[in-house]
Amino acid sequence: MKYIIETKNLVKNFGGVHAVDHLSINIPKGALIGLVGPNGSGKTTLINLLSGFFPHDKGAIFFSDSERRKILSWENKFYNITRTFQQIRLFDQMSVLDNILVVLTERNPFRALFERHTEYHIKQAEDILRRVDLYDKQFHNAGNLSYGQRKLLEIGRVLAMDTDIILLDEPFAGLFPEVIKKIEEIIKDLRTKGTSIVLVEHNMSIIRSLCDYLIVMDAGRLLAEGHPEKVLREPEVLEAYLGE
Amino acid sequence: MEYIFHIAILVSIYGILALAQNLVMGAGLLSMAGAAFYGIGAYTAAILAMKFGFNILTILIFAPIIAGVIALTVGSTFARFRDDYFMLATLGFLMIFNTVARNWEALTGGSFGIAGIPKPHIFHFTFGTPFSFMWLSFFLLLVVTIICYYISRSSFGRVLNAIREDEDALSVFGYKTSTYKLIIFAIGAAISTFAGVLFASYLTFIDSRLFTVNESILLWAMVILGGIGRNRGALLGALLLIIIPEGLRFIGFPVEFAALLRQSIYGLLLVFLMLYRPKGILGQYKL
Repeated sequence: MKYIIETKNLVKNFGGVHAVDHLSINIPKGALIGLVGPNGSGKTTLINLLSGFFPHDKGAIFFSDSERRKILSWENKFYNITRTFQQIRLFDQMSVLDNILVVLTERNPFRALFERHTEYHIKQAEDILRRVDLYDKQFHNAGNLSYGQRKLLEIGRVLAMDTDIILLDEPFAGLFPEVIKKIEEIIKDLRTKGTSIVLVEHNMSIIRSLCDYLIVMDAGRLLAEGHPEKVLREPEVLEAYLGE
Repeated sequence: MEYIFHIAILVSIYGILALAQNLVMGAGLLSMAGAAFYGIGAYTAAILAMKFGFNILTILIFAPIIAGVIALTVGSTFARFRDDYFMLATLGFLMIFNTVARNWEALTGGSFGIAGIPKPHIFHFTFGTPFSFMWLSFFLLLVVTIICYYISRSSFGRVLNAIREDEDALSVFGYKTSTYKLIIFAIGAAISTFAGVLFASYLTFIDSRLFTVNESILLWAMVILGGIGRNRGALLGALLLIIIPEGLRFIGFPVEFAALLRQSIYGLLLVFLMLYRPKGILGQYKL
């Protein structure tokens, strides 16, 4: 298996808008892929298609060489994939600890009825909360956290999922440098474990420092791909993305 | 003294209903079907006791199974809905139930209802007095309370809370949320039948007018007043909304006017709670 995710001629339309337009990309196993493009270029739609938030209209999506004709978001655990959201989506009226525990505990509803979280679950959750600097906030409601802490809790839930593929939709947007540094550390740590990561990001210095490979989208199509330094010098990328 | 026992029985019956409604609403499911499953319990008790001679205590085993199967059947469609769509679908179910109960005279007695429903008995003891019936009601309320606390504190309960918060986000973490919604809808339905069976046996008479949308709104008011997602809130809501309107009896209003005033109190209470205390008295969550 060379690629952990492949799309072939992937199409998603919203009414007359071609959000993803015959897109064919490959995500190698264990790579950290940057996904960039102007606003409305289809990056988040692609993440939504890969994570089963929307069904695709045409084309094919392959995970580890096998085609998934219909991607259902609740099957993500089985397919070892998870994601974060551009607009943070926490369980706001639940505690920080419960936001992590719900990711750690039983998925089967009948077994979940007879399961109470154990010391093992608590220890795992606390370890994750320490990693994202939220251990002291574990009994606070997620809705009461600051913006940066909310972003970190989203990353914490991703860590709790412990999947082979992670789709990060603008995890650094609007954050202070210390929080950016923290998330960078976590992403680098995930890379060393061989996790495949797709990172949607607008900050080019972060893209340059983290990514092995860059995919540039424009108007739902693949504009360019390759090594970040090389791709970011291509004239069509500069024109479409940077307006230069 | 019998009046106190009567109030205690009503509080127990509505406490059971409010706990069941709270389980469902705690998952963000705005169900209007509470009165329908309450009615299904009551009619199951009336029909099995009057036509087949079943003991009411035996019916307490059968009624939840019947309601659970009905809830699983209709719920397999309802579980795909959320928010106002779920509410409208369950309201439709309640209206269908009410229409069937009112018009299928051979089974339900139609608008004449079913009278003479017996009291439960065990060996040679009959729960025939309000005092003994009160203790039976308390016992069932205790059983239901234990079940509800158990569910709330399980991993399943945590998932229900997360469904209420953001169903789509939860599905990303590998949860098939529609199955959870279906199961809690069926559990809530099954629990509601305990109250229906008790009510039919206590009153000894039922008809379709007892299980209308007004009853579902009352259950909403109890849960919202006490605090959505809190079992003790549901119990407090049931206690307050049974006791407070009973006070109207002592003011001396005519019976018809008191009944109308009671409905107005429930409606006004819901409006004021939404405006000033959306989490209810003991609640932690907003809808």
